[in-house]
Amino acid sequence: MTIEVLMPALSPTMEEGTLTRWLVKEGDAVKSGDVIAEIETDKATMEVEAVEEGIVAKLLVEAGSEGVKVNAPIAILREEGESDADVKSAASSAEAPARQSESRGQEPTGDEAPDRAQSASGSSDKAKDEGGQKARSSSSLKDPEVPEGTKMVSTTVRDALRDAMAEEMRRDDAVFVIGEEVAEYQGAYKVTRELLQEFGAKRVVDTPITEHGFAGVGVGAAFAGLKPVVEFMTFNFAMQAIDHIINSAAKTLYMSGGQMGCPIVFRGPNGAASRVGAQHSQDYSAWYANVPGLKVIAPYCAADAKGLLKAAIRDPNPVVFLEHELIYGESFDVPDVDDWVLPIGKARIRREGRDCTITAHSRMVGFALQAAEKLAEDGIECEVIDLRTLRPLDTDTVVESVKKTNRIVCAEEGWGRMGVGAEIAAVVTAEAFDYLDAPPARVHQEDVPLPYAANLEKLSLPGVDDIVKAVKTVCYAE
Amino acid sequence: MAARQSGTARKASSSNANAKSPRKAPAKGAAAGPGADAYIGWYRDMLLIRRFEEKAGQLYGMGLIAGFCHLYIGQEAVVVGVQSALREGDQVITGYRDHGHMLATGMDANGVMAELTGREGGYSRGKGGSMHMFSREKQFFGGHGIVGAQVSLGTGLAFANAYREDGKVCATYFGDGAANQGQVYESFNMAKIWNLPVIYIVENNQYAMGTSVKRSSSETHLYRRGVSFNIPGEEVDGMDVNAVYEAAKKAVEHARSGKGPYILEMKTYRYRGHSMSDPAKYRTRDEVNEYRDHKDPIDLARKRILDNKFATEDELKAMEKEIKGIVQASAEFAQNSPEPDPSELYTDVLIDA
Repeated sequence: MTIEVLMPALSPTMEEGTLTRWLVKEGDAVKSGDVIAEIETDKATMEVEAVEEGIVAKLLVEAGSEGVKVNAPIAILREEGESDADVKSAASSAEAPARQSESRGQEPTGDEAPDRAQSASGSSDKAKDEGGQKARSSSSLKDPEVPEGTKMVSTTVRDALRDAMAEEMRRDDAVFVIGEEVAEYQGAYKVTRELLQEFGAKRVVDTPITEHGFAGVGVGAAFAGLKPVVEFMTFNFAMQAIDHIINSAAKTLYMSGGQMGCPIVFRGPNGAASRVGAQHSQDYSAWYANVPGLKVIAPYCAADAKGLLKAAIRDPNPVVFLEHELIYGESFDVPDVDDWVLPIGKARIRREGRDCTITAHSRMVGFALQAAEKLAEDGIECEVIDLRTLRPLDTDTVVESVKKTNRIVCAEEGWGRMGVGAEIAAVVTAEAFDYLDAPPARVHQEDVPLPYAANLEKLSLPGVDDIVKAVKTVCYAE
Repeated sequence: MAARQSGTARKASSSNANAKSPRKAPAKGAAAGPGADAYIGWYRDMLLIRRFEEKAGQLYGMGLIAGFCHLYIGQEAVVVGVQSALREGDQVITGYRDHGHMLATGMDANGVMAELTGREGGYSRGKGGSMHMFSREKQFFGGHGIVGAQVSLGTGLAFANAYREDGKVCATYFGDGAANQGQVYESFNMAKIWNLPVIYIVENNQYAMGTSVKRSSSETHLYRRGVSFNIPGEEVDGMDVNAVYEAAKKAVEHARSGKGPYILEMKTYRYRGHSMSDPAKYRTRDEVNEYRDHKDPIDLARKRILDNKFATEDELKAMEKEIKGIVQASAEFAQNSPEPDPSELYTDVLIDA
């Protein structure tokens, strides 16, 4: 059988090139890997290597030919023992495909891509938002019933998080905690206090200061089926590790066609602490919430912190769990039930009201509730929605609320540009446009790195008064 | 159900001649080196990779494979030699020049080639491409496109082995280019602190894209890169499959016995460019030819087989023909397998909780 050597493409965009010179002549024996010709495009000169072995029976394109189309036959090889007649019939049939190859762009493989692109970009179907996560409406998600008479235990957020980890570690041997100072030191913020004593050094693992490395080790262990809880001392340091959070943890399931699950939790304090300057004070909510393949949780109270961290540890997907240093020490009631697990992806209405919706997550929920109290004194009743989960985002609850209140203020601690509030404003505008009596308003940090000086820091961060002001603006109350 | 198995690729593998159990290690004999079985197995596996990669290059040239495509031609002895020193269940992870590793772990040529063409029958159902393929069944953990990322991930796989005390070793491959990434050393440090069962195989093919080791590395002997972490290392002739096997056997035993990580620097060479669109202006044709004509790992194995009469010329020819058939079939499968259904766009983002 004769073998056609085709004009190769050097890149997916190359359509034709110049065959600069031949390095073999008719009658030469070649083996695979031998350079047989040089070709040139506007970008580069490349050598053409033989893929099969054989004898050069015929060169079909002269050296120096310009505009040789990709996939046009340029030479014919014959195998040992073949006759010239075989070659001649191959040569004459080779010329037809050479001409046909000019219309390569219309071949089916090239043709189907635009269709697919269209079906993707044309999709505003909610079921497809967030990678299909919204296929199940958030209305099917419910917090567990707390039976009448259940004892409520006042617990700090710090201890609620600790209890969640301890309970899940008791429940499942594959769960372990890894990070800086999580064991001997008992946690830089004492969130892992006494875990080492109960579970030992094998399951409560101190690492060197090596965020990129231990995040990757965690992801690798999760690929192998363990369930790591990776603590970042703060999420500011996770920027060193964000490649593993996004490229390794979030994307691999998709890139593997569903083979490579990654059951991992990345947790730690996020956002501003107090007077620690710009590098230690960033809110990463919007960064992670932007990424398909992740779940992102940012709870406010202790009960949510516990119930959602337990859910996160059980979840088969990578979860970014954003805590807040400034509420670790605050106490809230936590129901004293055996297994307190909350649904991921369900917002919580913390205060009902008819005049304006306020969305918030993490520490800002507290400010939103205080603002609502103040506003109530002026006769403005706010509905405060604690988002709790940022991805998948419970837009159903927000949109339903806006349909009732006709106004919304989106509060967050981080920067406003491309932020969580921007996203919510866009969703509400798209899905409840006719219900809005005022443009959505946003409350967020000033658009500067967080300053150190006490007065400047206070000016930069959003607080209760900013929310009050924004609500009054959308209510045209001033 | 998002977390389903990659059914098409699996099914194909059962009927494929390339599916095989891990090769038996060479028989131990007093004076005898590796025997006929070992050499013939190595030769076959190396030749399969060579022919597969040549075919992949050809399909790329025809526009059937797109994007990045990094060929392994010239480096075959490394992965084949190391694989023969591993046990069933040991894990393998590597970077983006990964087709050889997949075939060496026993992954099906059809499924790999169909992933290269972006088709439904590919290991990732067309959603990963050349640099992102995986097989839990064969303990192949990718296929990673971010240079050096696989070193931390492989260390994490070894962490899981130690955690479970299951006796498995993780073979973590990376190149001379990745050897300059910071996370490699973060991983070395943790691997030694915890004595994790991992062997680090540095495939030093002498060029990180177009930058030679001399221009990129203050310490060009990469096996010494573990010195400050107390990790032993050695340099190995990566063009000699037997030398690779012997070194890997020692390293794997070290790791499996609880002594922690081991570094093997494989001196090797890639004949082709970094990727398909590499004009290769940073090295001379003479340099490439020197390796290709005088140090080729497949030629060397072939010569030893014939010299030792492990097989006859005719037997090797028959094997070569069989391999050509496997590769040809994979190319046909990869062209005939349909493109993924548009609905696949939305699957595998998350596993249903």
